[in-house]
Order: sequence, then C-alpha cells, then structure tokens
Amino acid sequence: MSTEPLLRLEGVTKHFLQNDDLLSRLRPDREVTTVRAVDGVDLSVEEGTTLGLVGESGCGKSTLAETVLQLLEATEGAVYYRGEDLTEYTDAQRRAFRSEAQMIFQDPFSSLNPRYTVERTLVEPMAVHGIGDSRADRADRAAELVERVGLGAEHLDRHPHEFSGGQRQRVAIARALAVEPNLVVADEPVSALDVSVQAQILNLLRELRAEMDLTILFISHDLSVVRQICDEVAVMYLGQVVERATTEAVFEDPQHPYTEVLVSSIPTPDPTDDREKITLTGDVPTPIDPPSGCRFHTRCPAVIAPDDWDHGQDVWRRALRFKELVADGDVRPAAMREQLAAGGGSPDDDDVAEALLEEHVVEGGLTDSDTVSVPGPVREVLLEALSMLVDGDRAAAQDRLDEAFSSVCESQIPAHYEVGDGHTAVCHLLDDDHAGDWDSPLASVDR
Amino acid sequence: MSEEVAAEGHGPRTEPSDGSEADLVSGADEPLLSVENLTTQFDTGEGVVRAVDGVTFEIREGEILGLVGESGCGKSVTSRSLMSLVPSPGSIVDGRVEFQGEDLLERSEEELRQVRGQDISMIFQEPMSALNPVFDVGWQIGEPLRVHENLSTAASRTRAVELMQRVGIPSAEDRVDAYPHQFSGGMRQRAMIAMALACEPDLLIADEPTTSLDVTIEAQILEIIEELNERQNMAVFLITHDLGVVAEVCDRVAVMYAGRIVEYGDVVDVFTDPRHPYTKGLLDCVPDPRRQQESFDPIEGQVPDLVSPPAGCNFAPRCPFASRDCERTDPSLREVDDDHYSACIWEDPS
Repeated sequence: MSTEPLLRLEGVTKHFLQNDDLLSRLRPDREVTTVRAVDGVDLSVEEGTTLGLVGESGCGKSTLAETVLQLLEATEGAVYYRGEDLTEYTDAQRRAFRSEAQMIFQDPFSSLNPRYTVERTLVEPMAVHGIGDSRADRADRAAELVERVGLGAEHLDRHPHEFSGGQRQRVAIARALAVEPNLVVADEPVSALDVSVQAQILNLLRELRAEMDLTILFISHDLSVVRQICDEVAVMYLGQVVERATTEAVFEDPQHPYTEVLVSSIPTPDPTDDREKITLTGDVPTPIDPPSGCRFHTRCPAVIAPDDWDHGQDVWRRALRFKELVADGDVRPAAMREQLAAGGGSPDDDDVAEALLEEHVVEGGLTDSDTVSVPGPVREVLLEALSMLVDGDRAAAQDRLDEAFSSVCESQIPAHYEVGDGHTAVCHLLDDDHAGDWDSPLASVDR
Repeated sequence: MSEEVAAEGHGPRTEPSDGSEADLVSGADEPLLSVENLTTQFDTGEGVVRAVDGVTFEIREGEILGLVGESGCGKSVTSRSLMSLVPSPGSIVDGRVEFQGEDLLERSEEELRQVRGQDISMIFQEPMSALNPVFDVGWQIGEPLRVHENLSTAASRTRAVELMQRVGIPSAEDRVDAYPHQFSGGMRQRAMIAMALACEPDLLIADEPTTSLDVTIEAQILEIIEELNERQNMAVFLITHDLGVVAEVCDRVAVMYAGRIVEYGDVVDVFTDPRHPYTKGLLDCVPDPRRQQESFDPIEGQVPDLVSPPAGCNFAPRCPFASRDCERTDPSLREVDDDHYSACIWEDPS
C-alpha cells in the first residue's frame, strides 16, 4: 500500500491469564490457563472511514478495541497510528495520543461521572489535553459541543441522572469529541437504547462524522445497525477476523459461512420476508482451548467432507459433531444407562450404545425433519466407537472416529484468501480444491 | 368520548359503534385468554403511575401474540399483571383477565398457584436470575411436576431429561445434574423453557426471552418456541422490544405506548399497513439489514412522564400528525380494517 492508513494492526494478540494470582501459583495442582481473547488480528482503517467490528459476544471485539486504544497492553503484535507503533509509546506519548483517539461506551449510565455536571464532564478533558486558552474559552467550547450533539445550553449545569438514556449517550459523545479526536472507538454505542432513540443517535453519528471527518471503529453485535453506518466490516470469530470487506460485499456476497449465518439470522421487521435462514447448532466454544484447524469448524454448516464421502452433508456434520462430543466427554454411557434403567428394564451394552446413537446422531434436533437416517456403513462405525466408549475406552473410541471421519477444516488452519478488491476471507472453501463443496441454502436467493 | 369530528383532508373520524372497547376487540370464538380494561398502577413518591392503563386484548388458542413497545411502555407490567405477579408498590386496580372463561384476578393466591406453571407458565429475560443457583437444573425443571402432578423425585428427574432433550439440550441425561452456572446463556434459556413446558401449559408467557442472547442463539430459541407452539398447540404471549422478532414469529401483534395498546391486529396487516402514527414511526426507525438507508426518521421527543400524562392522546406531543383535537380527545381502540384496531383519531394518517 502506498499511503499509510490511519490505523493499522499487525498480528495483535491479547491473552489473559486465569488463576494467575499468588495463591494459585503456590498450588501446583492449579494450572494457569490462557484465554486467547484476541489472536493475531491484522486490520487497517483508512482515514475518514468507518470500520464495523462484528461478532457474537465473547469473540474479542471489545478486547481488541481496548487494545487498540492502549487501555490494554497487547500480548503480541503492533498497533500503528499514522505509522507510529503505539505499543512502543512512553506514558507521556500515550497520554498525548488520548487526544487523538477517544472512546464511546455502551452503557451511558455507568460511563458518566454522576457527580459531574455536563459542563465539567466536557471541560475536564479539554483542560487535561490543553485545549482552549482559558476557562471561559473552554466553557464556550462546551456550550458549542452540547448544541452540536442536539442538547441545549440549559443542559450544561445538569447531572447525568437528570437525563434519559439517549441524552446521556449524547453527552458521552460530546465528551469524546471534546478533545477533537481523529479516531473514535464506539463500543456498542446504541445497543442499550430503544429503537427510536437509536435512530436519533445513528443520525447524529453520521452527521458528526461528515462534519469532523472522523475515523470510527464501530463495534456492534447488531448487523442491521452496522449496515447503516459502516463503510467496511470485519467479522470476528473466537478472537480472529474471518472476513473483511466493504459493507455492501459482506451483506450481499459473504464468503465465509459464519458471515452467511450471521447475516441470515438477523430478524427483519418484515413479516412477508421469507429469506432462508441458517441456524447454527451449539454455542461459541471457549477461547481457552479453541478448536483446531479452522476455529469455526465445530459449528460450521459447511464443513468439508473427504472426496470419497458419499452420504451427504447432513450425515457428515452429525458424524463430526458426534466426534466432537466424544472428545469433550459429553457422551456419557453411565448416565444413559441410568436413564434407561429408570424407564424400567435392565439395558445391556448394545441398548445403551443404540440409545446414545439415537440421541446424539439420529435425532440431533427438535423437529422430525431434523432426524437423519444414518446409512449402514456410517452407523457401523459409530456403533463400534460407541461400544468402545461403553466399555470405558474413550481413547480407542476417539481414534476410531478420527480414522473414519476427518476433515481438512479441523486438521489445517485455513489461509487468508483474497476474493475481491479488499475482500478477504479465511476459509478452506475458498481454496480451489474445495470450491463448490458447499451449496449454500442462501446462494439461490439473491446472488 | 368526544363528539368532535376532524376534517382537514384526513379520513373523518367515525364514532365507534356503541358498546365498549372490549366488545369491539373480542373475536367470534371464545379466546384462551381475554384481558379487559386491565389497569395497573404504582404508588410512587412522585405520584401515581399508571403503567398499564386500560389494556384490552385477547390471545386465541394456539396463536403467538406479540406485545411490542419501547422500554417503560408497560409491556412487562402487563405480562406480570396477567399472573398477578406485580411487584410492590404496584397493584392491579381494575380490569378482568379471563383465562378459559374464569377471571384470574378474582382468584386467591392459593388458586393462582395452581394455575401458574401448570396452565400458564412464564419465561424471563434473564435466565441466570430466574434459575436458582443452588439447585441443579434437573431438580428445578422437575419442580412443577412434583408440585402440580405429585411426581416422585426420581420420576420428575426422568421427565426432566426428556424435557431437556425436547428443547435441544445436548447430553441431557448428563447435564440434568449440572448447575445453572455451568450452562451458557442460550442453554439456560432452554432450561427455562423446559421448566415452563413441564406441565404442558396452554399458554406460555415469554418476556423478552432472547434479548440478552446473540443473534445465532436467538434464532435457535425462537425456533424452539415456534416449534412448540405448532407441535403442542401452545399459545404464546411474546413480549419484546424487537420488531424483527415479532415479524419473524408472531401471528398477531399489539403495539404498546405509554401504558396503552395503540395498535392491534394481524402481524402482516400491522407491519405492512400501520395505521397508528407511533407504529409507523417505530417501523420507520428500525434499521433494515437488507439495505443501507439514507437517513432515519426517528420519533422526536421523549416518552411522556406517566405521573402526569398529557391530556388527550398520549402520543400527541411526539406525533407528526397531531392536531388540536388530539390534545383534547383521548382515542380508544377502534376497528380500522378487518381484525385491525388502532387508537388514533385518524383512521389512516399518512
């Protein structure tokens, strides 16, 4: 790239240590675990643009934002602001940087000092950063600011508790703008607000952005808001960016299955809308021990099957999910035996294995349509593994399943693929070898 | 009721036919639950707040009715009033809540306990605070069965496992022994639903069941609710602030503003042809994920202070169509189309 973007992240990583206190260290039986909140993120934000950072809760969005602003120290990697590495800054430099970059938080109830009037809230950061020549000048600036964010001069001597949620968020925005920053990190700025107020704040952010030529890093779990305000979007999953593109491309032509799922799950306020939906199974895995290969493979609707697999995607995903359950120790023959015995009779090993197969593979969902018929050869392998499990040999069961069902998605980390101008995604499906391995249920809709 | 007739280019106001608002809204069939003129107020230091101000609606057998509105409009108080669970200093001062032909508000606390969890059950927004942290999940899911159906501990546990499987909790026979803190948010909400389903209620009241969840998990929970509604013919009263959720799962919808229901009808009718200016405004400011909007039309102003609500229509101070009449007339629900009701002096403001 010829010109340096305003903000550039290179391999930014933030790990938190759990149980890392003195007491635990004195106890060798307690292990220090690492939570990989953010794991190797490369991103760049051009001056004057708005980048949306989206993902489910716990995917590391907020941690990444705080690391960008140096509120958290990065474990690894570098954050360049106008070409200078922030992680190398001295304390004084860092303080000066705070007048360049400001943050707006989600909850305007806890992010404002309840003892400060609006005027003091706005004047204090100016005084700290040496903006304005005198008290009177700063007070004038504060009065101008409150008007700019849609409040009146009469609000200057009020305290936060006298305001509604939307008004408080306006005050929070005014405070962020008080030091005339270039970069604003907005962490879920409208999530706590009602829709009618949310629309007011979104309009305000749009106006201010144009007026002050702000660069915004906009963090949100709400994709419909992101669509309205962002130029580009980065989708995060378990601490990593899985897709990055213009907003238009992310919504109209998503390349990563996770992005497709997110886009398809947004409820639209249109009862006549009958878009296809992809519902994910399961929860987000823990970032303490993220899945191998592609981190999304445990929930992905498009896990790649080996070339010689001819039992269909449904059965394939069930088999893989079952393997995952066994590995996590979530398939418990003893509990099932108890359950069967409670229903009457004395179940033998085969009954237990059959019942577990029925629950974890065949049914796998709520509706009858979620029930799959498992073809003979697959069933045989599963029952074989289950009987090993019933005998108490989990390792053998796992080996048997590994041998029979393995996917490139769990064994290899996918590369970054450039699919268009500034559009990158991290997924094996984009490799030429696997192109066309998945027919997205959404593909027919509007592509 | 005012006799004034508005002109000025809008549809003239037709006087409602004789009979109360309640008669008007009642459908032909006997509904499962019919709420008439429900009024709940809170005695606060600043005065009396009418959080629910004469609300009338009905839930038919096997349908999903959505109650939508912004925070503070009285949605949750309405849902709690149905079960006589209004927290102090609130009290229900007027109205009827007829469930299968009997008025629940007339019942004693003991009789109500027979209804709660058996005929009507409820799930809440915060599954962590609604579950008891010191009992395992299986014990809690089985509790309604032990209370209402006199099942033994062992039998209730077996049923708990089945219920957990029904709401899609994996490895239910193992997780039945787990405690709430060992569950994720989505899993806790599933456990709540399993508990609510234990006695196969006729009506499920779901108060913001997906608000604290991610979209991917929200989709799962909504799917479960729809599935159970269809399979067990269980009616659902879904309270939410999210118009998208309403559009997705509800058959009919009631829009609430400042303690009143302002529009009520079939979801498709209300969303595609909103008649009340508030509903219109609300729909206009929901961001549409399918396209980028040039700008939003937010509803200006604030929700009124319910200690001293405006004279006339509660929405008039924020309404772009308000006229002088609106400041004097307090409109009540009237039929503006087939099974479509709006509380506005205009039949179709636009």
